[in-house]
Amino acid sequence: MTQAPAASAEAPGSARDPRWNSRFWGHTKGAEAIRELPVVRALEQAVPGAVLGAEDRCGDLSLRVRASDLTRVATALRDDPALRYEMLMDVCGVDRSALPEGDGGDRFHALYHLYSLRHGKRLRLHVPLDAARPEVDSLTPLFASANWAEREAFDMYGFQFRGHPDLRRILCHEEFVGHPLRKDYPPDARHMLSRTYSSFPGLPPDVPEGERVRVMQGDVEQVYINLGPSHPATHGTFRIQARLDGEVIADSRTEIGYLHRCFEKMCEAHGFTQIFPFTDRLNYLSAFNNNVGYAMAVEKLLGLELPERAIAIRVILMEFSRIIDHLVTIGTNLVDMGALTNFWYAYVPREEIYSLIEACCGARLTVSYGRIGGVSQDVPEDFVARSRGVLDRLPEFVDYIDALITKNVIFQKRTRGVGLLPRDRALSYAWTGPGLRATGVQFDLRRAHPYYGYETYDFEIPVRTNGDVFDRYIVRMEEIRESMKIIRQALDRFPGGPHIVDDWTVALPPKNEVYTNIEALMAHFKLVMHGPKVPAGEVYSYTESPVGELGFYMVTDGGPKPYRLHCRAPGFYIFSAVDEMLKESMISDFAANLGSLAIVAGELDR
Amino acid sequence: MVRLKNEAAAGTPGIENAADPGPKSELPREAQPFRHNFITTKLEYYINWGRKNALWPMPFGTACCAIEFMSVVSSHYDLSRFGAEVVRFSPRQSDLLVVAGTVVDKMGPILKTIYDQMPEPKWVIAMGVCASSGGFYRAYHVMQGIDEIVPVDVYVPGCPPTPEGLMHGILRLQDAIQKGETRSQRETSLLDRGKPVDLPQSVITREDLARRQGAS
Repeated sequence: MTQAPAASAEAPGSARDPRWNSRFWGHTKGAEAIRELPVVRALEQAVPGAVLGAEDRCGDLSLRVRASDLTRVATALRDDPALRYEMLMDVCGVDRSALPEGDGGDRFHALYHLYSLRHGKRLRLHVPLDAARPEVDSLTPLFASANWAEREAFDMYGFQFRGHPDLRRILCHEEFVGHPLRKDYPPDARHMLSRTYSSFPGLPPDVPEGERVRVMQGDVEQVYINLGPSHPATHGTFRIQARLDGEVIADSRTEIGYLHRCFEKMCEAHGFTQIFPFTDRLNYLSAFNNNVGYAMAVEKLLGLELPERAIAIRVILMEFSRIIDHLVTIGTNLVDMGALTNFWYAYVPREEIYSLIEACCGARLTVSYGRIGGVSQDVPEDFVARSRGVLDRLPEFVDYIDALITKNVIFQKRTRGVGLLPRDRALSYAWTGPGLRATGVQFDLRRAHPYYGYETYDFEIPVRTNGDVFDRYIVRMEEIRESMKIIRQALDRFPGGPHIVDDWTVALPPKNEVYTNIEALMAHFKLVMHGPKVPAGEVYSYTESPVGELGFYMVTDGGPKPYRLHCRAPGFYIFSAVDEMLKESMISDFAANLGSLAIVAGELDR
Repeated sequence: MVRLKNEAAAGTPGIENAADPGPKSELPREAQPFRHNFITTKLEYYINWGRKNALWPMPFGTACCAIEFMSVVSSHYDLSRFGAEVVRFSPRQSDLLVVAGTVVDKMGPILKTIYDQMPEPKWVIAMGVCASSGGFYRAYHVMQGIDEIVPVDVYVPGCPPTPEGLMHGILRLQDAIQKGETRSQRETSLLDRGKPVDLPQSVITREDLARRQGAS
């Protein structure tokens, strides 16, 4: 909502622009039509005068509300039976002070992305905040996911959330000065950290790794232990400090940010195509999914429709990436429980899939294969045959793991009923992906909001109901098999044609054209030097990554770089529930529980 | 000085083949029965040979490079062929610190602690460009190379390095260990000879940082 809807009627990307009314991306509505939407009418009834402005662009409805109304609006949105926005998917901020048209009087916006599972509808709230004192009520009493999300907005922008139980930095370290995502903060201004800090108030600051600390509180001896950030069971960089009562975790504090690589600031400093390598390194177990997630946001803003072949390549490689992601997750989870053999079994097909990806783009892990409008180059000639070969050998290894583990009594005893999170809490924490599906919610974006023709594929969404470590394992194993089914179908109808759109304003012209045709040469030069021309606007796009809903929220100002790019990392919200899950659980279940959450630090800390 | 009566080791640098000792170096009479059964070498050389072939890595894996490190120790690439298979997550049990991945400012003190906990002699490999120089993260929270806080013996380029790249780095480290050229060994050697340890310090201060940022 960078512009009022009426004012932007003639601008590119407005309701009159034919590209915005595409079958693929949905429709853009005018101001009167928005007023008639049931959401807006119900909200007007519950909180009169709350909606200051509204915009609906390619199916993205965003409303502007006052900061003082936020709690009432959010309560109505969550509890009104006609609305039922029961998931707070994401909270982030925007510093609008550097927009070319000016910030229009409010420098900061706090943004809330809500999702209604019942109605399958999304909603974005814009809350303008005062530039000098950016203050707003905390939504933590309504949504558990607001806790970490608001801490991040505080860390990055300095927003003060009134009533937040624990408002302190989450990604940057304790001695950091300033709020890095504000536009007046230089991207490379570092601050050194002199020592490590404890998250527990009252605990000696530097609890050595792997050692216990005993503190007398009255007559009771309290034992604290510290796990991470370099610990074999963490598989990533985060730190958990726990207060023990015997062998039971009485209380724990989680600290993240040990891999905060400033993804969002880096994106503001780089052009649209240069961002692909940064997205690779979010969830590096399945880099290609991030490529596609980001490319989709830009394509949505551009209103691009992809060639069939590009879509097929994306679907096949996304599903292969999903398989290797799940294989590593299952493998490392089992290693933590002492079952090392499965890890080696999981790595054999993983290497084969790596080789396949390497044949497509030249890189194994961090692929950078996605491009705006398609993929960077066409797949090799033997791609279909080779993929079929990988698919033929893959079930053998999955069955090995299945035979060794699924009915194994030790495994069942260590995982059944362990790491429970009830369904309503999982929704409140905005869980998505296999973790949510293990609690009995059949929510998969490939089915709920199909993209790339997923509705035409025949596959199941595996669902389990207990929400424990065992169920997450089963869901992942089943998803590997479903992904194989999808890939087979996609290979059967693998189309010919171009691998990237034939639009030289966003995609590089073919090399032989560049050498022979002056138009192509100019387009090539313009694209490399100045980047693709992306219209001003804002967009939220989402894909089903192996961990859950991977969302990219982007604000553009018509320039060569995104004005703001926020990544809604599924792992961040899944991991925010970990303190609640660990409470009253056994210390020996800790490793099994953590491994089943599939946390990848690159995505968690960004 | 160095005598060897083992045909198989002929040509190995540092171990002289004495199969043909020449007319002037006749073995003493009492050593004749052992002529084909023993080697003589320098003690230091022998110890370094043992050290280089029994590296115990401590993977300080933070990011994407850690996944490639997993590939290197897994069945396909199999790092144990080079004697570096015993991966230990406790710094006190290991002598090779493999920093695989980006180290951010928040992680700095922890990396330093882990390095200090490792017993001498110890070696450090900076795996990947993030650990070597910060990589393409010229950013407000990313350390611009771990040599700001710990000394590094081998830098392995790549983002992430291929498994072959890391194995090459380990082979280079083995060469350096054999020659006694790693930092840890040079330090020990200087201390043993009672000389001042004047190796370059790799510690960055707040003032350095401010100066560096002022220059950029």
